[in-house]
Formats: sequence, structure tokens, C-alpha cells
Amino acid sequence: MNNDDTNMKQIGYYPGCSLSGTAIEYNKSLTGIAPLLGFDLVEVPDWNCCGASSAHALNRKLSLALPARVLAIAEHEGMDSVLVPCAACYNRMVKAQVEAAENENLKQEISAIIEMPFLAKAKPVSIIEFFSEMDSETITSLVKKPLEELKVACYYGCLLLRPPKLIKFDDCEAPQVMENLVTATGAEPVEWAFKTECCGAGFSISKKEVVLDLTEKILRNAKSEGADVIIVGCPLCHANLDLRQVDILKKNKDINIPVLYITELVGIALGLTPKEVGMTDHFIDTSSIAV
Amino acid sequence: MAKIGVFICHCGENIGRTVDVDELTDEVAEMGGVVVSTDYKYVCSSPGQDLIKETIQKHDLSGVVVAACSPRMHEPTFRGACSAAGLNPYLCEMANIREHCSWVHTDEEEATQKAIDMVRIMTEKVKRNTELKPIQVPVTKRALVIGGGIAGIQAALDIANCGHEVVLVEKTPSIGGHMAQLSETFPTLDCSQCILTPRMVEVAQHPKIKLYVYAEVAEVEGYIGNFDVKVHQRAKFINADICTGCGDCLEVCEPRSIPSEFDVGLSKRTALYVPFHQAVPNKPVIDNETCKLFTMAAEAGREKLKRSDCGECYEVCPTKPNAVDFNQKDEYIDEKVGAIIVATGFEVMEASEIAEYGYGKYEDVITGLQFERLASASGPTEGEIKRPSDGKTPENIVFIQCVGSRDPAKGISYCSKVCCMYTAKHTMLYKHKVHDGQAYVFYMDIRAGGKNYEEFTRRAIEEDGAIYLRGRVSRIYKEKDVLMVKGFDTLSGMPVEIAADMVVLATAMKARPKVNELAQMLGVSFDSYNFLSEAHPKLRPVETAAAGVYLAGACQAPKDIPDAVSQASGAAAKVAALFSQDLYEREPVVASIDENTCVACFFCLEACPYGAIERKEIKDRDGNLIKTVAFANEAVCQGCGVCVSVCRSNSADLAGFTDEQMFASIEAIWEQVEEKDVA
Repeated sequence: MNNDDTNMKQIGYYPGCSLSGTAIEYNKSLTGIAPLLGFDLVEVPDWNCCGASSAHALNRKLSLALPARVLAIAEHEGMDSVLVPCAACYNRMVKAQVEAAENENLKQEISAIIEMPFLAKAKPVSIIEFFSEMDSETITSLVKKPLEELKVACYYGCLLLRPPKLIKFDDCEAPQVMENLVTATGAEPVEWAFKTECCGAGFSISKKEVVLDLTEKILRNAKSEGADVIIVGCPLCHANLDLRQVDILKKNKDINIPVLYITELVGIALGLTPKEVGMTDHFIDTSSIAV
Repeated sequence: MAKIGVFICHCGENIGRTVDVDELTDEVAEMGGVVVSTDYKYVCSSPGQDLIKETIQKHDLSGVVVAACSPRMHEPTFRGACSAAGLNPYLCEMANIREHCSWVHTDEEEATQKAIDMVRIMTEKVKRNTELKPIQVPVTKRALVIGGGIAGIQAALDIANCGHEVVLVEKTPSIGGHMAQLSETFPTLDCSQCILTPRMVEVAQHPKIKLYVYAEVAEVEGYIGNFDVKVHQRAKFINADICTGCGDCLEVCEPRSIPSEFDVGLSKRTALYVPFHQAVPNKPVIDNETCKLFTMAAEAGREKLKRSDCGECYEVCPTKPNAVDFNQKDEYIDEKVGAIIVATGFEVMEASEIAEYGYGKYEDVITGLQFERLASASGPTEGEIKRPSDGKTPENIVFIQCVGSRDPAKGISYCSKVCCMYTAKHTMLYKHKVHDGQAYVFYMDIRAGGKNYEEFTRRAIEEDGAIYLRGRVSRIYKEKDVLMVKGFDTLSGMPVEIAADMVVLATAMKARPKVNELAQMLGVSFDSYNFLSEAHPKLRPVETAAAGVYLAGACQAPKDIPDAVSQASGAAAKVAALFSQDLYEREPVVASIDENTCVACFFCLEACPYGAIERKEIKDRDGNLIKTVAFANEAVCQGCGVCVSVCRSNSADLAGFTDEQMFASIEAIWEQVEEKDVA
């Protein structure tokens, strides 16, 4: 990527639908910390929806063409990598890129559908990969407010690491990337058993009781292992663990535990205020953190 | 003058339905050199064979062609008939007008024409065949058995009891293998060591068995009846001939901090050790990778050992001279044997590969083999079932079958065969020791096909109250003191979560990792899992593609003790058969190299897959070297013909498939063979 004179590294940025809507705090905190970490997020122009679950449930080619169009535009703009903070968008992007890279016929087909050349060269980058590529010492040196004695449970959810043959990053059964980042901020990662357990995902809309049941188990385990806060890297994880926690608390008051985006925690550590990172807008009260 | 007799078989309808046998017989009678052309319903039958014999003698035939099935079916039959009639068997060939003609074509006219061509081809070949005699190779009547587990022990005893010497090489300091680690064996619940140790002692005391322990096979050269083996005897640093096994040294060695291999990490051993109390030989070895004397020297960069670092064992050893010898070196010993049995056994899969089960993370998640050690009276808990984490007796145990096995996603598609049985056994042992304990078993299927096996598993359920749940476990995690096992019960259709005090994983049986190196040394093939390949999966289970090398036990495939013992005795019988003759007969279809025309490029030596080509020095009468040429060792050659095809000077030829024979066969396709007097 072309560096400009301010020594900022440029990286393509795809916020996707959720970061403009339900996950607006994710966007706020990420765009807030990026310059502090030395990154200039360049939004992919004229980006479209990645298709999420709807596309791949209905039509395979559509589900690959939609994310491919975004990557094709990124390539055209000269972007080597595109940061995709939403885990589902990320998963779809990787799928399109990997399948096209391995299948020349598919690549041609997709290029024809989206009516622009697609080389499957631009690399989608997840939020955890983004952080893992930074030197942890660099991050620690930028920390203005070390989050000492804050116990953090890292929740990876489903799509950041799986399927392992596609994503090929960290260990999908026993991941450690997020924990390393937490340590770099001065906080204490908590080892717990539900790091990668399903929260119920899209059933949040269609079968809420399933999500309440599964999410309660996740929250209960984090709490029983002594966590003060849970951090996530996915808008739907956040919705289920935060928004749906309101309903869970009606039955079980003891489980109260705030849920932050990974970028909000890093933002606080780098000296931003709670309002600046957006954590004051969550459903479960987050004022206990960053006191 | 060639006098060829051709016998055309109908094979009932197999050939007769598609090939016009009458037309074929008539056409063949017209072929040059054919003096008799006749047909018969089943030439392989007794009257059929008699027909061949009578015809040979009546017409004084110089060669025979039998147009029938595949030579893989009946070549020995017809060659035997010729032999009995006084005709060299290698003057008899078969034209396969069944598998290669009537069975694969439907058009009768075309099939018949093809059959005619095929008979003409073989007739032209046979005219140029020569009388060949089987090659005789002397046999060294000593056997090598690699591996001292139950299979190796059985094979060694069987061969030794025939009166032949056996060299038994075992990698660990004691024979016994995995069977020595087991508590009780299914389906009788016999104490494993009680039935095994008498055999171990028999091996050690047998006058015909030469036992090497703490040793490996380093090199193998040669061929059936004549193998040259190099045994690598690792330095034990204890002279086994002087050591009396008194055990004084065992009491002073410190620290006891090395995970015991025999107890699968559940206890610790010292650097100077005997793997278990009933070890045979019951003499210790010093593990120089953990012995203080050696490790401290290595850390300081010294080659010389300093007695001030340690040497306690030397101090207390009562024998004179001292049995402890820190200067002992590794030795390489040459042994000559005539046959080799591979019985290297299995290893258990590394359970931490299945991260979702928490093995290695949670102390109370153990493998089946570790459970055997807990249950064993000679084990780390003296036979009491105790949790490794806190030593408490588990009130319930969850057993999980098929951990790794039958799981293509984890890289193992096969079934490990013994786990259903030993898991049922474990539930029973647990119940017999902890009367109020509850065992749960998560399974996919119950495979109990052996004698009394089904009844055994039913006993676990009906008499000892084990609860069997048909479904898999997705995850195990720890919540405070208990292990939460998340599984599914497919028969009720409900997810199941059990708070377990202990979890036992029935992990997959795997081949030993370095066995492929041993296999390559021996010329034995192996599959993608490193299990060694038998010569034929149905009919030749103990032989391999390498003549003189046999298989016994789990190195070939997962199996239980009865099958390992049977296979070992089977392999021993093959060896005994080999040793029953002083000379071993080989098929004479071997290569020969004309040393007069050989240009010594040695392409053949490079190309030969069996290492059968050697360099031969031609010297004059005074012993001066004239030239070096290639020489085909007829005892090793397998008759593949690759050397013939790569030879640049046309010096190599293959008996039974000479260039002359091959070109005549090829030219016969187009009826271009010159009528030569080839008698």
C-alpha cells in the first residue's frame, strides 16, 4: 500500500451493513483507535452488502459474487488487504477469495457476473488478525490507561476461526490471539471454557429462547471464572451477549456482566473516553469498566 | 522341429459361449509347428490333465499351449501335468482366452478372431522357450523376530520349539509390550500379566532364543534364506552379564522425576530403572538422556563424566567387578538369519490432538491405556481407581468410544477394533472396584464380533449397570471440580450433559511412527497409516511382498490379543515351512547379463527395484582386474525385466521372457513370424 508522508499505514476498510447500523459502536471505536495505532482506514468505495447468511442459504453464486465485488473494487483501488471487522462479512469474503483463487473457472464466472475483473488477490483481514500483526510491545507502548486488574473473558464466537481449513488462523479449539492482545493492554485474560461455544447466532430473531438458553451458559461460565467483562469481535456476538442479556437477567440476576467490542477495550486502554468509543450506548451497563 | 500341442478349453460356457471353440481348434491346427490341436470342456479337470499327459507322450511334444483361463489360476496345474509327463514345465504356456477374451467381449466373431491371434502369439513364444530349472538357494535356519510384545513372543517361542534358533530384538528394556500394561484381558478378565509373564520367562530361558533388549534393527541386507542383519545394541551402562538383578542401585537413584513410559505418565521413574517389577530381563538400564552424570556433563560441555556429579549406583553395586559401567558404548552386532518376522505392535494416538476433549488440559481426562494402569494391581494406585488430580475415588466415570477412530476429519477412517471391548471391560472393572460408581459410555456402535465378545458387552450393561448412550461428545470442559461432558443421545433425540468425576477416552490404535523406515529397509510396503501390508488381504495375511519377511500382530492392523497370537503362530508356521528344507526353490524367471557384451554403464543397477544387480570383477589368471561388469543375482531377482529394457548394449535378458520370445510373440500378431527351425 502506498504510504503518504505522515507515516500512516493505509489499509482497505469494509465496514459492511452491521457497522453502519446495529454495530455502530464497533465502527466508532475502530475508527477511533486506528489512527492511534498508525493506520489510515480507507473505505472501499461503492461497497455492497456481503450477502451474509441470506445469500449463501439461497444461491451459491450470488453468495460468492457479492463479497467478490467488494474485493474486486478494493483490488482496483490498489488495496492489498481489506480490514473486515464483522466476523460474518469476513467469513464470506475469505470464502469468495479462497474459492476463486483455487478455481480459475469460478474466477472467470464471478468476474462476468460482477462485470469487473476479479483477481482474488486482495486479502480480507479479520479484526483479530489485524491486531495480531502488530507487535505487542508497540501496543503496550501506546497504552495510556493500563487496564490493570481488569479480568477479561475473550469470546471468539463461530466465524472468526472456523472452518479451520478455510480460515487457517490460530487454533479453532484453543485460540489465544485475543488473550495476547488483552495482555498487551495490561488487562488480565481469563481462561474459560466457552470461548468458541455457539451463542445461537441468527436464532436471535427467529427462535429467541434458543439464544437465551445458549447465551446464558456462556455468560454464566465467564462470570464463574471471575471475568469482569467479555470482549467480542462480532456484531451478532455482541447483540446476543448484550442485548439479549437483558431478557436473561429477568430470570437470573446474578449473571450481570458487561460486554464490549474488542476495539472498545483497546480504545479505553489507548486513552479514549467511554463515550468516544461508544460503550455508553450498550444495553448492559458498562460503567464499572474504565473507572 | 517344433512339435507343439495346443489344448483349447471350453471352460463350460465361460469360454464356449462367446468363442467358437470348433473354429478356433481348426484354425490352430493349421498353424506352423502345431502337431496336435484339440479341445476339451474343462482342461483343468483330472481327465483334462490326463489328456495333456497322454498327448505329450503319444506325440513326443516339444511344447504345450493351453488356451484357457488366466495363468494366475491354472499355470501351476498345467505345468504340473507337463512335468508329470516328462516335459519341462517351462515349455508350457497359457493363452488367456477367458479373462482377456471371452469374459470381456460380446461379439462372437471378433472374440473368436482374437482368440485365434492369442493362441498364435503363445505358440510362437513357446517354440522359443527353453528348459529351465528352479533355482536353489541355501537357507540359514535362524529367524529374526523384531518386537517383543505378545505377537513377537509367540512367534519366537513357536519357531524355537521347532528347534530353530531365534534372534528376538526388543526396543524397550523389557519384553512384554502393551499387554504387560493391561490390567485384565477380555473376555475372560484374566489378569494380563499373569498369563503373559510365564511366556516372557520362557523366552528368556529358552536355549534357542537369543534375546536383545534396549536394541533395534539398524540394517538388513540380503534375501530370503540369507539375510545379513545389523543389530544396534544401545548402551545400557550396566553389564547385564554381571548384574544379578539385586536392585540395590534402583533404591539410590535420584531424582524420581521422569514420567514413566510404562505407566503412561501417571507415575515417575528414575534415570536408572527397570520399566516394571515383572520385567524380563529384570535388570536395570541407565537412560543417559536423563541420568544426572550424563546431563550435567552435557550442560557443562564436557565429554568426560565427573564422578562427583553422581555415581551412587556404582557405589552401592555389590558385584565384583562392578556391573555399572559408565564407559559402555553402543554396539553393532551382525546376525545371519533366513527369515524375518516383524512384530513391532502399535502405539496409542496422542489424545491432545482432539482439543475439544481437553486431554492434557484437564488431569482427570485420561486415555484407555492410562485407565488400565489405574486398574492394574501393579499400577501407580495399586489397582484403586483414583482421580489423577486429587486422588479421590470418582463417583461416576464417562467413557467415550471412537476417539480419533472412524473420524476422517481427524485423519483416521478405520476402526481400532478393540475399544468397544475394552471399554465394556473398563466399566466392569470400575463397578467391581467402586460398587456405587456409575459408568456412562458414549458410543456410535458396539463391535463385539469375537468368541464370547457379545455376551461380555451385554454383561457390562445387564449385570454391571453401565449406561450406554448412543451419540458423540462434542466438548468437555471443567466447571469447578467436575468435568462437564456435552454429548448427545440419538436414541432419545436429546442432548445430554453429564457432570463427570473422570473421563476415559478410547483413543485410536496407530502404527508406530518410525516403522515405515524399518519397512523400507526390509522391502515391505505399508499403507497411508503406516500399517504394514500383507501379501493378500484375504488369503496371505502373514506374508509380505518381500519373500522371507512375515508379519505378526498389530503392526499389520489394529487387532486384539487372540488374533495377534494366531497371526504370530501363522507366521511362525511359514518360517518353519521355509526352514523345513535345506534349499529353497525359486522360480527360474530371472535376469542374466552377458558379461562379454556388458559395457558396465550400470543403468541396470540403478533401475533394479530389488537391488538384485551387483558389480562383478572379471580378473585374469594372475588376479589382475580386466573389467567390472554387471551381474544379476538370481537369488534376489524377481523377474520384473526392468534391467532388460534399460540395458543399452542388449546384454541383459530374462529367462522365460527372452527378447527372442517377446519379439516373436509381437510379430505373431500380424502373422509376420518367419518359419525358422527352432527346435
